[in-house]
Amino acid sequence: MSTEKEPEPDDLVHIGPEMAVAEADLHPDDAFVRGTSLWRDAWRRLLKNKLAVFGLVVVIVVTIASIIGPTVIQHTFGFTPDYIPTHDQKLTKSMPPFKGPNNEFSWLHPMGTDNAGRDQLARVLQGGQISIFVAMVSTLVSLLIGVSYGAIAGYLGGRIDNVMMRLVDVLYSLPYVIVVIVLLSMFRSQTPRGQLTLLFIALGSVSWLTMARIVRGQILSLKNQEFVLAARATGVSTSRIIFRHLVPNTLGPVIVYATLTIPQIMLTEAFLSFLGFGVQPPLASWGSLAADGVQNIAIFPWQLIFPGATMALTLFSLNFLGDGLRDALDPQMRTV
Amino acid sequence: MLRFIVRRLLITIPTILVVISITWVLIKLAPGNFYSGEKRLSPAIEQNIREKYGLDKPWYQQYGRTMWTIIRHLDFGTSLKYEGQSVNTIIARSFPVSAAVGILAYLLALVVGITAGSIAALKQNSKWDYTSMALAMLGISVPNFVLGPILVLIFSLGLYWLPPSRWEGFPSRNLILPVLTLSAIYMAYIARLTRAGMLEVLRSDYIRTARAKGLSERDVLLKHALRGGLMPVISYTGPALAFLLTGTVVVERIFALPGLGNYFIQASLNRDEPLIIGIVAFIAIVLLLMNLLVDIAYAYLDPRVRYQ
Repeated sequence: MSTEKEPEPDDLVHIGPEMAVAEADLHPDDAFVRGTSLWRDAWRRLLKNKLAVFGLVVVIVVTIASIIGPTVIQHTFGFTPDYIPTHDQKLTKSMPPFKGPNNEFSWLHPMGTDNAGRDQLARVLQGGQISIFVAMVSTLVSLLIGVSYGAIAGYLGGRIDNVMMRLVDVLYSLPYVIVVIVLLSMFRSQTPRGQLTLLFIALGSVSWLTMARIVRGQILSLKNQEFVLAARATGVSTSRIIFRHLVPNTLGPVIVYATLTIPQIMLTEAFLSFLGFGVQPPLASWGSLAADGVQNIAIFPWQLIFPGATMALTLFSLNFLGDGLRDALDPQMRTV
Repeated sequence: MLRFIVRRLLITIPTILVVISITWVLIKLAPGNFYSGEKRLSPAIEQNIREKYGLDKPWYQQYGRTMWTIIRHLDFGTSLKYEGQSVNTIIARSFPVSAAVGILAYLLALVVGITAGSIAALKQNSKWDYTSMALAMLGISVPNFVLGPILVLIFSLGLYWLPPSRWEGFPSRNLILPVLTLSAIYMAYIARLTRAGMLEVLRSDYIRTARAKGLSERDVLLKHALRGGLMPVISYTGPALAFLLTGTVVVERIFALPGLGNYFIQASLNRDEPLIIGIVAFIAIVLLLMNLLVDIAYAYLDPRVRYQ
C-alpha cells in the first residue's frame, strides 16, 4: 500500500498563483518534445538488448507466418488446415515430418501430418492465428478494465480508492483459473465462435488486477502535479482529466505490463484448451493441438512436439521482449 | 500481530462465502443441468431425484440450504455423479494426492531455484549466470502440458526408467515425473526472483558493513544476504500456490493421478454441482489460509514490516 499523503481537495484552492506561474512556464511544445525523446531513448536501449531484439523478430515472424501462412500453403501445395489428402482417404494416417507418401525425404510436410492426414504445418499456423488472436484481444480487455479501474481508484482516492483496492486484494487471492473453468464449462457455447468470445471475456476479466495496481500507483504519483491542477482549475471534467491527461502519462509501464500479460494469457488459453474447455473444433489453438498430440505421444510424437515447440518459442520470445521493454522503458520497475 | 491475524481471518471468511456464491450463481445461471446429459431419465425418475436433492425448490431456498449446510456443518452434500459418496470424503481422499505432488514440487523448486538464483547473482554476467537464466526463461516458456508428455516420452517410453503414470502411494517412483513437470516453472520463477533479490541486497550498505566488520564470506551470504534476498521469493509464495493449484490440474490429467484437480475437471464436465462447489470452496480455503501464513512469515522475516 502506498504511503503518499493525499491532499484534501480544500488544499488545492490555496495554490492558485503558483499554478498560474507553472502554466505560463509551460512551453506548448515541452511535453511533446520530452515525450518523443523518452520513446527514442527507450527504442535505442531496446535495440541494444540482443535477446529482446531476437524476441521481437521471432514474434513478428510467427505472427506474420500465422496470418498469411495457411493461405500460402493452400496456394502452393493445395493443403488447407482441414484438408484431407485424396490419395488415401480410407487409410488416413499420420506421416512423420519430411517424409513423402513413399517414405522418402520430401519437403511436402515439414511438420508431418496429423491423424487425419492433414498437414501439421498448416494446422500449427492456423492454431497460431487463434492463439495470438485470443491473447491479443484478452490482453486488450484486461487493459481496458485494469487501466480504467486503476486510474479511477488512484485519482478519486480516499474511501473510494480504499474500497476499490481492497476488492482487488480479495480478488487476488481467489483461485481464478478454477472459477474460469467453472464459467467455461457451465456456459459451454454451441458454436466455436461463441466459445471464443466467452474465452476473451473470461481471460480478460481475470487478468486485469496487476494492471489496475500498476496504473493506480502511477496515477497517485502524477495526480498532484501542476498539469493536473491546471486542468482542474480550467474546469476540465474529472473523467476527462483521468482519461485524457493522466492515463496517457502512464503509457510506459502499461505497455511493459501488457507485453508481459500476452504470454501469460496465451499460456492460460493453451492450458484451458488443453483441458478441453477453451477453443472448440473445428477451430484449433496451440493448446488444443498439443492436447490432440498428447493422445498419440507414443506413436506420433511430432504431433505434440511441433505445436508445443512453436508455442514455447513464441512464449520465450514474448517474455524476452517484455523483459527488454521493461529494462528500456522503466529501469526502476523490477518484478518478474 | 494477533490482531492482524484475527482481522485477516475476519476478511477471509466472507471471501470464501463470496467464492462459493459466485460458483453457485454461475452454475445456476448456466443453461442445462446435471440431468440434461446424453442419458435421458424418464420425467418421473428425474422428478424423484430432484426432490431428493432439493433441486425442485425455488432458487433462494436452494441457495439458503446450500450455504447453511456449508456454514453450519462444513458439509458440501453428496456427489451427484459418484453416488453415495459425500463431497467431503472425495476431497479427503483426493487432496493428499494433490498435496503430495504439490509440496514435493514446491520444495524441489525452492532448493533448485534458490541455489541457481544465488549462484547467478554471485557470479553475475558469468557463464553460470547466463546458463541458469536462459534455462529459467525456458522453464517459464515451456508449458507443463508439453513438458510432461515429453518427459514421459524420454524417460518412460524411450529409456524405460520410470513409470509413465498412475498413483501408487506416497513414496513411489511414480511421483518423480509429475513432480519434475510441476516444479519446472516455479524453479524458473524462483531462480529469477532470487537472482534479482540477491543482486539488490549484495549492493546494499548492510552487506558492506557485514563484510567490513570482518565476517567470513560464508556468514555474510548465508546469514545476511540470503535473508534479504529471499524476500521476493517469499512474497511470490502466494501467487505460486495459485499457480501450483492450476498446475496440478494439468499434471494430474497427464499422469492419471486421482487428485483434487482431476476430480474437479471431471465434476465440471459432468456438471456435478455439489462436487464443483465443494472443491472450489476447499481450494479457496487452502489458498487464503496459505496466503495468511505467507503474510505472517513475511512479517517475521522482515523486521521493517509491521502490522497494526
